[in-house]
Amino acid sequence: MRYLPKSPADREAMLKSMGAQSIDDLFKSIPAEYRLNRDLKVPRQMAESEIVDWFRECSRENGDGHATFLGAGAYSHYRPVIIDSLISRGEFLTAYTPYQAEISQGTLQSIFEFQTMICELTGMEVANASMYDGSTAAAEAVMMAVRLTGRRSVVMARSVHPEYCEVLATYAFHQGMPLATVPFAENGRLDTNAVEKAVTADTACLLIQSPNFFGTIEDIEALAEIAHRKGAMLVVSIAEAVSLGIVEPPRSADIIAMEAQSFGVPLTFGGPYCGVIATREAYVRRMPGRLVGQTTDRSGKRGFVLTLATREQHIRREKATSNICTNQALVALMANIFMTIYGKVGLKELARQNLAKTVYAAQQFGKHASVLFGSVPRFNEFVVRTAEDPHAINSRLLGHKIVGGFPLKKFYPELGNASLWCCTELTTRSTIDTAVGVVAESEGSEDSAADETSVEEVAK
Amino acid sequence: MSKHMTRKATRHVNQNEGLIFEKSSPGKAAWKLPPLDVPEVDASKLLGSSERKTLGNMPEVSEIEIIRHFTRMSTWNYAIDLGMYPLGSCTMKYNPRVNEVVSRLEGIANGHPYQPEKISQGALRIIKTLSDCLTEITGMDAITLQPAAGAHGELTGLLMVRAFHDSKGKPRKKVLIPDSAHGTNPATAAMVGYAIENLKSNSSGIVDTGILEAQMNEDVAALMLTNPNTLGVFEQEIHKIADILHAKGGLLYMDGANMNALVGKVRPGDFGVDLMHLNLHKTFSTPHGGGGPGSGPVAIKKFLEPFLPKPVLKSKPDGTLGFDYDRPQSIGRVRSFYGNFGMFVRALAYILANGPDGLRQTTEDAVLNANYIRKGLEGTYDLPYKSPSMHEVVFSDKLQAKKGVRTMDVAKRLIDYGFHPYTTAFPLIVPGAMMIEPTESESMEELDLFIEAMKSIADEVDEDAEIVRTAPHSTRVARLDETAAARNPVLRWKPQAESQKPKS
Amino acid sequence: MPFPADYKYTKEHEWLKADGKTATIGITSYAQDSLGDIVFVDLPKVGAELAAGKTFGSVESVKAVSDLYAPASGTVTEVNGELATAPEKINKDAHSAWMIKIALKNPGDLNSLLTAADYEKFVAEEGGH
Repeated sequence: MRYLPKSPADREAMLKSMGAQSIDDLFKSIPAEYRLNRDLKVPRQMAESEIVDWFRECSRENGDGHATFLGAGAYSHYRPVIIDSLISRGEFLTAYTPYQAEISQGTLQSIFEFQTMICELTGMEVANASMYDGSTAAAEAVMMAVRLTGRRSVVMARSVHPEYCEVLATYAFHQGMPLATVPFAENGRLDTNAVEKAVTADTACLLIQSPNFFGTIEDIEALAEIAHRKGAMLVVSIAEAVSLGIVEPPRSADIIAMEAQSFGVPLTFGGPYCGVIATREAYVRRMPGRLVGQTTDRSGKRGFVLTLATREQHIRREKATSNICTNQALVALMANIFMTIYGKVGLKELARQNLAKTVYAAQQFGKHASVLFGSVPRFNEFVVRTAEDPHAINSRLLGHKIVGGFPLKKFYPELGNASLWCCTELTTRSTIDTAVGVVAESEGSEDSAADETSVEEVAK
Repeated sequence: MSKHMTRKATRHVNQNEGLIFEKSSPGKAAWKLPPLDVPEVDASKLLGSSERKTLGNMPEVSEIEIIRHFTRMSTWNYAIDLGMYPLGSCTMKYNPRVNEVVSRLEGIANGHPYQPEKISQGALRIIKTLSDCLTEITGMDAITLQPAAGAHGELTGLLMVRAFHDSKGKPRKKVLIPDSAHGTNPATAAMVGYAIENLKSNSSGIVDTGILEAQMNEDVAALMLTNPNTLGVFEQEIHKIADILHAKGGLLYMDGANMNALVGKVRPGDFGVDLMHLNLHKTFSTPHGGGGPGSGPVAIKKFLEPFLPKPVLKSKPDGTLGFDYDRPQSIGRVRSFYGNFGMFVRALAYILANGPDGLRQTTEDAVLNANYIRKGLEGTYDLPYKSPSMHEVVFSDKLQAKKGVRTMDVAKRLIDYGFHPYTTAFPLIVPGAMMIEPTESESMEELDLFIEAMKSIADEVDEDAEIVRTAPHSTRVARLDETAAARNPVLRWKPQAESQKPKS
Repeated sequence: MPFPADYKYTKEHEWLKADGKTATIGITSYAQDSLGDIVFVDLPKVGAELAAGKTFGSVESVKAVSDLYAPASGTVTEVNGELATAPEKINKDAHSAWMIKIALKNPGDLNSLLTAADYEKFVAEEGGH
C-alpha cells in the first residue's frame, strides 16, 4: 500500500523486537468471535490514475460547466487562485489544532487576523475562530442568548434560511426551548407588529437574517429597538458575507452568526463552509468556539495562544458553552486570505458589482414576470413569480447549461410559483439575458418595472 | 543541548512577519475585477440608510505581500508533512494529495447544493459509495453523513437515542460516561438534556462490568463508550457491556474516535454497538487543517433508521439517486445542506486508494507502531496500565515528576528534538498522562528517532532537569504567557494612536 | 499554611467570616495554590439568594475551572468588584481577597463548618492535591 512506509522486513523486525510471532498477537485482546476473518466488501485498491478517473466521471455528472442563478445560502463567487496555493501548504493543511503555541504560531496569527477582520466587517468587538457553518452558528448563537439572558423562549423570523430554522428547531427541541416564528410582511421584511406581539418577557432573543432569505435587507434598528425594549437580545444571521462590503452591518445586534462561505470557499455541494459567531466583549466568556488571543512570551516577544479555554468541553465538560471541538480552521483560512486580497476597497467594489448585476437582472425579469419585495433595499438576490411552474422553466434553462433560480414552493407555498434568483460578479449579462428569454417564452410581458423604480423613491 | 544533539532536526533561519494590518497602506491592491457589463448603480440611492460607508481597518496590500505573509507564517507551524505528530486520540496520519486534487475537480468544487438532482448524480454517487463503504467497515446498517465533526456526530447520535426512547413512550434521563472519556461526551449529553453519570474504570483501565451492572437501570438512555478507550485498550468484555445495557433497554453508543485501531479487523456492529460516529478527519485521512474542517458520520443499526436526520439519500425507481425529505420520525436537520461534502470526497478517495487489503494493513501498522513505541519506552517512562495497547499507548510522568519535570515539560522538550508533542494530561484518569498515537504513517526510522528523543529527554531529566523544565529552546517564541492572555483578553488587532506607536 | 482562626471553612475550600448576621466569603490560600494563576472569577449579583452547599459561582485558572459552593444560605449584599479586573488578588492574599458578603439566613448553618484546625487537618489529609 503506497501510503505505508514499511517493508515486509521492517514489519518482521518490529514484531520480533517485541517478541510477537505475528501481527495477530497484537490483536489478541479482541475476542476471537468478533474478529473479522474476511476482506471488507469495499472496492479493490485503485491506482492514483484510476481514482482521479473515478471522480472525474462524478464531476462530469455534477453540473460541470453550468452557469448558475442559485444562491439561497451558498454563493458562487470567484476564488482568487492564491487561496488554494496558500492553503495547500502542508504546514497549514496538515497541522492540528494549535494547542502547542510554540510550533503553531502560523495558524494562531492567521486566526487572530481572521478574528480582527470579522470584527471590522461586522462591527462587533469579538469574533471566534469559526463554527461548522451558518446554520449551526445561528443555533449556537441562540443558545448563547438563552444562557446570557436566563430566559427560555426564542422568536425566529420566517425569513431566516429555512434550513437554519430546521437546525435551530432540532437543537431547541430537546433543550425544551419554545420557538415562535414571526411572518414577513408584504414588502418581504419582517412584520414588526408581529414581532412586537411575539417578543415577550420570556424571550431570550429574536433571530433574524439580513439580507434575509429573499435577499431583502431588514430594518435592523427597528427590530433591535423592539427586542431591547423587552430585554431580549437581537441575534442576526448573515448568510451572504459579501453583502458586508456595501450593506451596513447590524451594529445594534447583540450576537451575529455568520456564514463566511462567500469569502473564497468553494461551493462543494454544501460544505465544508465556515460559520462564525461575533459579539460584544462583555459576552465573550459565554460564547462557544475557540478564541485566539495576543500575549507575550518569556522574552517579551509578541505571540498568540488559544485562550479562554475554560469555556470549552475539554475543560468544563458537561458545563461547557458548547460541545464543539473540531471547527473549520482551514476554511476560515480561505476566508481570511480572501478578505486580505479584497480588503478595504476591493470588498466594496465586489459588492457593488453584485448589486449592479442584481439590479439589472431584476429589471429584465420584471419585464416578463413579477419581481416581489421590490420596494425595500435588497442585495444580490430577488424573488420572481411566474405564471409557469419554476421547475418547468428551470428544465428548459438546463438545456442552455444554466441552472435557474431556487423554487420557493417547498419552503413557502404561499408564494406560489416563485423562485429565488441570485446574481454575483460571476453572472454575465448574456447569461441573464438568456435566462430572461427563457422565462419570457411562457410569461409574455408584464409591466412590473414600476415595482423596481420605487426602490429609489424609498431610499430617498 | 550539546550532549544530547538530536538527529531529527537542525535549526535554521525563518522569517519574521508582522500582522497584515501593519503592512497595509492606501492604494495597494491584490484584486482586479472585470469591467462591469451592466449599467453602474448608485448604491446610496438603492440602499439608503442601509448603505455601508466604510470598511474600517480592512487591509490594503499587494499579492506578493499576501503570498509572503502566509508563507512565512506557515513556516512557524509543525505539520504531519514535516514529521511524526504523535497526538494521542487525534490520529494524525498522512493526508494523501490525490484527495485534494479530486475534491477540486470542477463539477465537485462548484456543485451547488440546490442544483437539480438530475445534474447532481455525481455528488450523490459519491455520497452513496462512501455510505456503503462506511456501513460495511463499521458493520452497521445505515448511516448519515450530515454531522460536521465528531462532537456534532455525538449530538446527532444522542438526539437519535432520545427520539428512540421517546418513541417507546419512555423518555430516559441519564447517560453513562466512563471517567476516561473525551470531554465532548459529557458536553454533548448535556446539550441533549441528559444528566451525566460517571462510570468508574477498573484497575485495568476498562469498564468494570460489575459497576456498570449496578448503575444500569431503566433511567439510563445509553452508555457512551470509546473503544478502544482513551488508554488505547480494547474493551474485552464488550459483549457483556452490550448485554447489560440491552437487558434494561439502554443503547450502546460508540465514540469512533479510535476506529483507526479496528478498520478491517473487527466491526463495532458485530460486537453489540447500536450507533456510533466516525471522524473522517482521523481515521479516513481528511486533513486536520489547523483545527478543521472535520466530518462526523453516524452509523446505526436498522431499528434507529426512522430517526436519521433528514434528508436521507435514496435510490429512486428510475435508477437515479435523490434525497428523501419525507421522514416523519426524523430528529430533523443538524446542519444545512448535506454535511461537509468535500470531506466525503477525500475520505472516499482514501478508501479507494487502500481497498480492503490496504485498510487492514493500515490498521495493523498503526497497532504495530504503537506497540513498538511502548516496547521502546517501557522502563524509561511509567506505564500506569499494563493492558495490551492497540493504536496508542499512554505513559505517565511519574518517574520524571520526582525531579520536578511534568508531562508538559517533556512535551515541550520534544519540540527541540524536532517532534510535535504527544497529548498531555489526558485521559484524566492518568495523572501526568503522555498519550502517544504514532498512526500507521511512521516508518521504523522515524519511530526509532522518536524513541531515541524520548530516552534522551529522560536522561536530561536526570542530568539537567532545568533544560527540560524551560523547554523549548529552539522556537520563535517560548512559554507564552497564557495567564495574561486569559486575564486581559486581546482578541483582535486595533490600530495604535500615532503617539503610542513604537519608534523604529 | 496559616488559616485565620476566626474564619470558618468548608471541605470545598471556601472560607467564611461571620460578623453578626452578615458573613464574608472567599476561597482559601490552599485552594488558590492548587488552582494556580487565577484569571477570572464569576460571582453572583447583589440580591442573589444562596443555598448552603449549592454553587454560587466559579473561579478559573488558565486550564481549570472550579465551582464555588456556598458555605451558608443567605442573600448577597455586596460583591467584590475589584476581582473582576484583578483576580490575581486572590493568588496574592486569598484570605483577604473576599468575594461576596451575604446576609445570613440561618446563623445555625455555621455550626456545620470546619474550624481552622479541622480544616488544616483536612487539607493535610488530602495530601497536596
